[in-house]
Amino acid sequence: MSADSPADPTGGVISRDEVAHLARLSRLAVTDAELDVFAGQLDVILSSVARVGEVAAEDIPPTSHAVPLQNVFRADERRPGLDQEQALSGAPASEDGRFRVPRILGEEQ
Amino acid sequence: MSTDLTRLTAAELAGKIHAKEISAVEAARAHLDRIAAVDGGENGVHAFLHVAGESAIASAELVDAGIAAGTGPASSLAGVPLALKDVFTTRDMPTTCGSKILEGWQPPYDATVTARLRAAGVTILGKTNMDEFAMGSSTEHSAYGVTRNPWDRSRVPGGSGGGSAASLAAFEAPLAIGTDTGGSIRQPAAFTGTVGVKPTYGGVSRYGLVACASSLDQAGPCARTVLDAALLHEVIGGHDPLDSTSIDAPVPSVVAAARRGAEGDLSGLKVGVVRELGGEGYEPGVRTAYDASLRRLEKLGADLVEVSCPHFEYAMAAYYLILPSEVSSNLARFDAMRYGMRSTVSSGGGVASAEEVMAATREAGFGPEVKRRIILGTYALSSGYYDAYYGQAQKIRTLISRDFEAAFTQADVLVSPTTPTVPFPIGDKIDDPLAMYLNDLATIPTNLAGTAGMSVPSGLSDGLPTGLQIMAPALGEALMYRVGAAFEAARDADDGGPLIARVPEVAP
Repeated sequence: MSADSPADPTGGVISRDEVAHLARLSRLAVTDAELDVFAGQLDVILSSVARVGEVAAEDIPPTSHAVPLQNVFRADERRPGLDQEQALSGAPASEDGRFRVPRILGEEQ
Repeated sequence: MSTDLTRLTAAELAGKIHAKEISAVEAARAHLDRIAAVDGGENGVHAFLHVAGESAIASAELVDAGIAAGTGPASSLAGVPLALKDVFTTRDMPTTCGSKILEGWQPPYDATVTARLRAAGVTILGKTNMDEFAMGSSTEHSAYGVTRNPWDRSRVPGGSGGGSAASLAAFEAPLAIGTDTGGSIRQPAAFTGTVGVKPTYGGVSRYGLVACASSLDQAGPCARTVLDAALLHEVIGGHDPLDSTSIDAPVPSVVAAARRGAEGDLSGLKVGVVRELGGEGYEPGVRTAYDASLRRLEKLGADLVEVSCPHFEYAMAAYYLILPSEVSSNLARFDAMRYGMRSTVSSGGGVASAEEVMAATREAGFGPEVKRRIILGTYALSSGYYDAYYGQAQKIRTLISRDFEAAFTQADVLVSPTTPTVPFPIGDKIDDPLAMYLNDLATIPTNLAGTAGMSVPSGLSDGLPTGLQIMAPALGEALMYRVGAAFEAARDADDGGPLIARVPEVAP
């Protein structure tokens, strides 16, 4: 395997375009150079993990969690939480005791 | 003072401190001096990302004051220094998880593990290096530089908890805390000739542990001896109402089990040798050490039985679908809005949107392995692929648990080599993610099943350490510690001393 070559468009599991799309969905502004590397690497990884399909498991229930705990409750009691200053202590920007965020709507909205 | 305090075990140190032969401050100073001597510089171990000298001394002073006042030590480990993996929140120290996106972040609260260590009077020396957000098997994926293996500083210490494990082998701390999602405690333990334990899932609170994969992550003790690991296990373990996945049951009596094991008798105990782990794909040196380990267990009186876990061969594939899926969701919290890094973005003359700022920040703040896994997880959870990938992986997870259940009807504990190889040279696998993933071949099944596992040093192969993995059913830690301690005692008796004493002196 060459980690540097882009995914084979004919035989690969995942294409460079798909990786670019997934990166956008994941809010990762990856560079073209990264895409070239990741597409090849992810194709190799996916081809390997696709082995899970070899196991006949139609009737097998899925496990999402190793210890099947359900409806875990604790007493509904007041206890100290973070105050406003603590909650904002790591914020990249804050104003008037609130998180200050970049523009969240489009230019026309 | 003639004894080098950094060479003592945690149990020995605690004994001396509690008997007022030495002070907790002396113990803390000795380890801080050692860190100052061997951790930094071009060829230093670089186990620590942050050293908290002042607060360590202040905490040790409190322990000494308590002992002087006759109130007695707060715990069996009061005054003993410890290295904390930088994935646990600490309100007085930065918490970076080895990532640039959290550079300089100081959390406003303590993790439960941190709080329990403080309450027990344990001296926290600082925070240790790790693969970014615990993704990796070499500590090369840290944004703050690689940790070097004290056995051979051109080699990796394993990962993700390479800093914690290396700090033990370099005698910078007698105790450390790690987290194990696919082997991140056990694999570095094997690579550094130390002891590492992954408790039963839910055995140690995850509150304040920055999440990698929530259904797999488990905090656990790291030490140079099995007894020390057991002492630490009892300090950090047990139910926590702040973690709803924490098990509401007493902590297994692992200290008593380790003491019993050290007596060296395993007669009547059935040890299952997992057929699917330890053969093909394992280095000859690792197999030789493993064979010798099996003979040693037999000599201790254990009955070896071969067990088969046919679905283990699919564990790695299932893991690398389940883990990235959880990662892609968990790491969405790093959104550049509430804490952590925020990049400035120029948006073609206009005002950059939150989405653009978020994408640019995550691009600049995450390293390549984290990005790969986020993309992989996003893919595995996409509609159209979900059933074939994530859904199928969850079913294999069930089959792996069933394999364990069947094996534990035939044997009390299971064994395998901890890793397929000895520590590899820095840079060897960094460009080949799949080769890196193979490090955790033997450790991953335990995480998927939520059962317990530990690595105990088994020997050396060409001067590099190898580990024996011992696996136990959920909440079956006591037996695992008993076997581990018996094995360790026999190994030390045969070798004329502990394996860790043979680590080359790390020249300052």
